[in-house]
Amino acid sequence: MGLPRQLSSFPALAKAFGEDSIRVGAIALDREHAIEMAGELLVASGRSTPEYTESMLEAVAENGPYIVIAPGIALAHGRPSEAVLEIGLSLVTLAEPVIFGNEANDPVRLVIGLCAVDHSSHIDIMAELATFLGDSASVNNLLNAVHNDQIRLLF
Amino acid sequence: MKIIAVCGMGIGTSVLLKMNAEKVLRQLGVDATVDATSVAIARESRDAQVILTTPDLVDQLQGLPSEIISIEHFFDLEEITEKLSASLL
Repeated sequence: MGLPRQLSSFPALAKAFGEDSIRVGAIALDREHAIEMAGELLVASGRSTPEYTESMLEAVAENGPYIVIAPGIALAHGRPSEAVLEIGLSLVTLAEPVIFGNEANDPVRLVIGLCAVDHSSHIDIMAELATFLGDSASVNNLLNAVHNDQIRLLF
Repeated sequence: MKIIAVCGMGIGTSVLLKMNAEKVLRQLGVDATVDATSVAIARESRDAQVILTTPDLVDQLQGLPSEIISIEHFFDLEEITEKLSASLL
């Protein structure tokens, strides 16, 4: 990254998003496709194996669309397992919103992928994620980004 | 007072809910801890006064002694404040 940047406001997020973990303006055919893309980015950035992507899909098949935690935002993840190599986040913005089946918060425009090694060591990342996603201006900037680097600058 | 935030796995959604619920509780001046946990563990738990979760998971948590509060928008502190105050204050 040769871009000049300010001191990070979200250092844990900046670290959690590995290289190749962000995809902008993707076209997803359905909910499963969108989750799969978030999983593939965790694999591409060296944070998990393809088995983890399978567990992300199983989780939503099992427990339903509760992963859509706010209007337009889904947090896709499986459980900590050997398929997780390192704590990580990935992010996909969707060119066309996708229906996940969550009445209150559909359709989804942003899918965040998460892999964690246990139940506690990613807490600092989640605290920053809660602050970031709780700020609608940040979320709008993220959704309007046309290039990965624009998103990185938000962290 | 014990409050639990529940999602499928206890590592993602419930952790975000715990963070925002703790923010709200501090503002309300309520002394309570919020633990993030999975549906499976929550179903075995009998000591939480309140369970915070999402509408999708409410059915799986019926029958417990805890009061269940479902939150639709996890980053809407007003929604969380309104629902928690109605229950706790």
